[in-house]
Amino acid sequence: MNKDTNVDLKQYLVDVENHAYIQDLSRIGSTDAAKFLDVGIDTRQNGRSGTFIQKDRSVIHAQTQQLGLEVMSISHAQDTHAWLSDYLWRHIRPDKDQFTAQAKSAPHEGYFIRSAPGVRVENPVQSCLYIAKEKFAQNVHNVVIAEENSSLQVITGCATSPHLVSGLHVGVSEFYVRKGAQLHFTMIHDWGAQVNVRPRTHVHVEAGGVFVSNYISLKPVGSLQMYPTTHLAGEGAVARFNSILVAAKGAHLDVGSRVILGSPGTRAEIISRAIVAGGSIVARGELIGECAGIKAHLECKGLILKEGLMHAIPELRGFVPGVEMSHEAAVGKIDQAEIEYLMARGVDEEEAISMIVRGFLNVDIEGLPTGLKNKIDQIIHETQKDMM
Amino acid sequence: MLIIEELQVEVGGRAILNNVNMEIPRGETHILFGPNGSGKTSLMMTIMGFSGYKVTHGKITFKGEDITQMPIHERARLGIGVSVQRPPTVHGLKTRNLVEVCAKSRGRAIDIEALAKEVNFDHFLDRDVNHKFSGGEIKRSELLQLMAQDPDLILLDEPESGVDLENMALIGETINTLLHRGTKHAKGKSHCQIVSEESKSALIITHTGHILDYITADRGQVLYHGHLCCSRNAREILKWIGEFGYEECVRCAMEIEI
Repeated sequence: MNKDTNVDLKQYLVDVENHAYIQDLSRIGSTDAAKFLDVGIDTRQNGRSGTFIQKDRSVIHAQTQQLGLEVMSISHAQDTHAWLSDYLWRHIRPDKDQFTAQAKSAPHEGYFIRSAPGVRVENPVQSCLYIAKEKFAQNVHNVVIAEENSSLQVITGCATSPHLVSGLHVGVSEFYVRKGAQLHFTMIHDWGAQVNVRPRTHVHVEAGGVFVSNYISLKPVGSLQMYPTTHLAGEGAVARFNSILVAAKGAHLDVGSRVILGSPGTRAEIISRAIVAGGSIVARGELIGECAGIKAHLECKGLILKEGLMHAIPELRGFVPGVEMSHEAAVGKIDQAEIEYLMARGVDEEEAISMIVRGFLNVDIEGLPTGLKNKIDQIIHETQKDMM
Repeated sequence: MLIIEELQVEVGGRAILNNVNMEIPRGETHILFGPNGSGKTSLMMTIMGFSGYKVTHGKITFKGEDITQMPIHERARLGIGVSVQRPPTVHGLKTRNLVEVCAKSRGRAIDIEALAKEVNFDHFLDRDVNHKFSGGEIKRSELLQLMAQDPDLILLDEPESGVDLENMALIGETINTLLHRGTKHAKGKSHCQIVSEESKSALIITHTGHILDYITADRGQVLYHGHLCCSRNAREILKWIGEFGYEECVRCAMEIEI
């Protein structure tokens, strides 16, 4: 099922009122602040080195607390850095599909985050893309650059206001991990039940660079389709992807990652855990080995708790001798033997299932701040009631 | 403690246990012998209440309560603990969390690190439950969970299988501690104090009988083709089986029937 054709762009608004810039984040309304917190965005900015918040088409806050770190709107960044135009639309063509075309023709800001060469950004940068206006199509263009030998962690939370029913989010993102740099990117989605989401992402990793992506989508969403491409373009570059997906009734998630291992010694790992609770999930993954000595693994595990669709599509493509790629895909149900084993330790059936599901989703997500890890555990716990 | 009366059990429509009668009094350790396929594990699984073991006749009473149809977790909370031969891997669930659950379900507070050290398992607490554990590691994991549970009746399915000689003494001593019959963990208490405090019962399946070098058994029982055909001193039974095989048990059973 391809819902792309079902998204009629004409149904959405691209021109809406602006929201005022908020210098002091404590002035953000409590409803919005609570929603931000659900996707890992802390308006008190505890343990954060920078913050970017965009509401509909307006950037309402952007600031950094560390030297050598830039956090600003993409339009501000274009004004600041003339060279940035070389980085925009470099790897994603505007005519790729109707969504990228719209992001080009009706752009609504997006974030620019950059760590300067050699700078280790201690705390994560948080960015929030928020839709508050009913039927709004938010078209953002994001650029993240981790310059040579720098390290940067970004937490992006995407959400809609609680009352919102329908909306569209298009996010064109271009990430650059320069030589010896590290970029950890964690994205948490909490969209509305009828919101359509179309991220279009390309990641370019140079020699010795490391890109780690964690993606978490546990809450209801109308349809989500994304297939980011990561090009490991320099020797020894590494990419790791972890995804945790839950599709409730009415949700359609078509999510995957493609990694091109284009240089010697590059390594990649794609791990996804998907739970179908009445909705449908297409979990894709593609590893493309172009050089001898590359190593990559793809692991896709799905659990069906309520009737729906779990479609795992792992693909491996090798072009030369000496590539080493593997995949492991499994779709199933909770093993009765596991439930009873836990029951024999004194927990009732419901709690046993709950422990197994939590374990299933418990992918070791690297480098998350404890607060955010606890938050994710809490969301998993809360979401469980809807899964069963 | 445990009384089994006229128990008949089917697995997949096939009769596995026939008219089993057994009593394990409080504080006694019984050894269950029997050749492969005789129904030893089935009896243990039935006592614990695992699905797939259908009781077609008879009754299981534990602490005076009829548990024949009781859900597994209620039996566990009532005080039955089991160590199975091949426990499943539970991905993403840390051993530490499961051990905590074991203690909580019995309303106990434990020092998990100290407990894990006793079975030389403290380095495994943050590993997924049973994930890539060796045979010996599985046994230590199971015993650690039982230590956290502190059950009144312990069911052990071949505690010596997959355990090297070096670790066998540790396993044996841990079982003795669980049963309040150990000497190493006496902690200054006299023998009669330890034994009288809270005597635990056990049913232990063994193939080789090696476990008898480490623990004290009060009685042995032989299960053959789903029938309990002998009940007497465990070491004596082992000696006879060692000498003549289970054929001797069959001969005895036939003589009794005659």
